[in-house]
Amino acid sequence: MKILAVCGEGIGTSVLLKMNADRVLKRLGIEALVEATDIETANTTRDAQIFLTTAGLQDKLVAGAAEIIAIDKVFDLEELSDKLAAAIL
Amino acid sequence: MPNGNLANAFSAESVLLQRSADSWREAIALAGSGLVAAGVATDAYTQAMIEAVETNGPYIVIAPGFALAHARPSAEVLRWGMSLVTLAEPVQFGAGDNDPVSVVVGLAAVDKQQHIVALQLLAEKLIQPEFVNSLLKLSNFARFVEIISN
Repeated sequence: MKILAVCGEGIGTSVLLKMNADRVLKRLGIEALVEATDIETANTTRDAQIFLTTAGLQDKLVAGAAEIIAIDKVFDLEELSDKLAAAIL
Repeated sequence: MPNGNLANAFSAESVLLQRSADSWREAIALAGSGLVAAGVATDAYTQAMIEAVETNGPYIVIAPGFALAHARPSAEVLRWGMSLVTLAEPVQFGAGDNDPVSVVVGLAAVDKQQHIVALQLLAEKLIQPEFVNSLLKLSNFARFVEIISN
């Protein structure tokens, strides 16, 4: 499974999302490749199953067949875990 | 620059404590001024950080009371680094539950790699629920370095 962590620039917020997603996925026992990237790159990527982003950015994403998960609090691992589990498990 | 210690991302010039700002734009401008004062980025980078929010909304407010202001790596970034602004009075970013914001970290990156270790160390701090509040009490740079170094 491939997950894209997306923010406007691909260097800050998305990297933090990726770090916390990696942590949570490990805990959930889910094997997935999480990549941090910017919106433009995400919108031309077609091999990801999930786009993970922060609240407010989801409207900018053209996800195609991928599911979009918007996170309100990047460091609330419970929110991240619940939303990822709901989408994947 | 060695980056095994989060404190190396900051300098005395880039840490602005207990400042006042009337709007989210002023708060980001302060974070930008810290980057400029430290020789990390130019004034145009500050403008780019503000434009990023104008374009994409307040998604940089990623935790209650906390914003990570940043723009793309560009020629306006002289070297990677971070700045910190704590606000005496918080400001609204229009960020829902995470509003109001009282701590802004400015991030300038030259590529997708060099700042990653520092960002990882910052993430380990932000995962502690009391971290943002502990920054608000700070009144000097030395104490800030202590907090982020352990």
